[in-house]
Amino acid sequence: MTAAGPRPPRTTPTRTAVAALLRKELLLERRVPQVLPAMALFSVVTFVVFRFALDTTSVEGRTASGVLWVTLLFAAMLGAGRLFVADHEEGGIDALLLAPVDRTALLIAKAITFVAFLALVEVVAVPVFVVLLLEPGLSIADVGRLALVLLLADIGIAVIGTLFGALAIQTRARDLILPLMALPLLVPVVIMAAKATAPVLAVTGSGAPGGRYLAVLCLYDLVFGLLAYAVFDFLLDD
Amino acid sequence: MYSAKLRTLALATVITLTGAFVLAAYYAPIEADQGFSQKIFYVHVPMAIVALGGFVWGGIQGLLYLRTRDPKHDMRSYVAIHMSVILGIGVLVTGGIWARSAWGVWFEWREATLVSFLIVFLLYCTYQPLRFSITDPEKQSRYAAVFAVTAGTFVPLNFIAVRLANPFIHPRVLNNTTGGALPTDMKIPFYLALIGMTLLFVTLSRVEMTHKLTRGRVRGLERRLERLQGESDPAGLPARSAAPQVMA
Repeated sequence: MTAAGPRPPRTTPTRTAVAALLRKELLLERRVPQVLPAMALFSVVTFVVFRFALDTTSVEGRTASGVLWVTLLFAAMLGAGRLFVADHEEGGIDALLLAPVDRTALLIAKAITFVAFLALVEVVAVPVFVVLLLEPGLSIADVGRLALVLLLADIGIAVIGTLFGALAIQTRARDLILPLMALPLLVPVVIMAAKATAPVLAVTGSGAPGGRYLAVLCLYDLVFGLLAYAVFDFLLDD
Repeated sequence: MYSAKLRTLALATVITLTGAFVLAAYYAPIEADQGFSQKIFYVHVPMAIVALGGFVWGGIQGLLYLRTRDPKHDMRSYVAIHMSVILGIGVLVTGGIWARSAWGVWFEWREATLVSFLIVFLLYCTYQPLRFSITDPEKQSRYAAVFAVTAGTFVPLNFIAVRLANPFIHPRVLNNTTGGALPTDMKIPFYLALIGMTLLFVTLSRVEMTHKLTRGRVRGLERRLERLQGESDPAGLPARSAAPQVMA
């Protein structure tokens, strides 16, 4: 307090803040598993529903790709709705606003958490899908290709899910309005992911996913990642 | 006090649109492939272009609102999206009629432009419910602006994505690479219709904004009157509209 004049405000580096927030999220989910088991269970139940709704015991190719993506997308919607609930109800967002950290740290931490959740759910759901429904099974090379598509799609889903989860949590409609907003926005992801996955799951000799679909997925991730980074501040400004 | 400008605008709209449709009906040649039903193109395409432009314009105004926090931009963003959704219904209906006569189906899934438009339209259908479900007016404007910006960015990206997924069968009427595949006597009514539709959009937006402004002023005056009469303010009725509130 010896210095005259205002000192530059001291802020925690964003990386430290993100790491702390990530630790908090993962610790919370480990102590009280809530979102992950729900998402995983939902995926498995949806596979069973598809088995009877399509009235088929096995799927392959485009149908398999569709079943997988619809299931994962709806499970993701389930998770996105819960992403900010604890913070909103327990005052976590207010605490973050009081802390001298960049607000986008919350976006980055939540998006990484969401990608991790989706990946963990897929680690359970995809093998279950292969065992229950997929006709030809997957080779090791196919698993790698599928993982690449899953990762690229997960980033896009996580960015949109985080942005609109933060938006929906402040509304009265909440869980009602989130899928209505997020699903149309995620249609391009579904198009690209389903197109890229279909040859991998095909019964007639698996093929590599088309490069342009992966390129558009990357473009989507990039555009909405930057956009979310730019506008996320305004969702917290209270 | 606002009506003078509005009257000119409305008059220009009526003249341009009527002129365009008269030209389209009598001057433009009948298309060899599709016959008379192709005429709906002079309504459908300008409407779609204006609606998509309106969505993007709503996003730009949303961005301006986030930067300046000027309620004027929020109002413009709201009105632009509102009008574009209404035009969007028109686009889907006229598109369905055209598809029915040209391809024999009401909706063609292999048609990228149509599918993209449907997705964008469905997305913007949640704009009003979103505004309705946020009570605090300032927060409502801010969140609606974030939505408008995100959705405005989504419009072009979505068109790229859907087009990549499909071989297109939609007629490419304004193919830029060949410098316009449209013959001149079709071009004139088309561009005139486009201008007319844009004018219609602007006029309707102006009318809606004027209405909102006037209502805001009337409310302000009513409140002042009540204060002057010393009456207790009646319990505020819940808002009937999710439109931005203008305080006078």
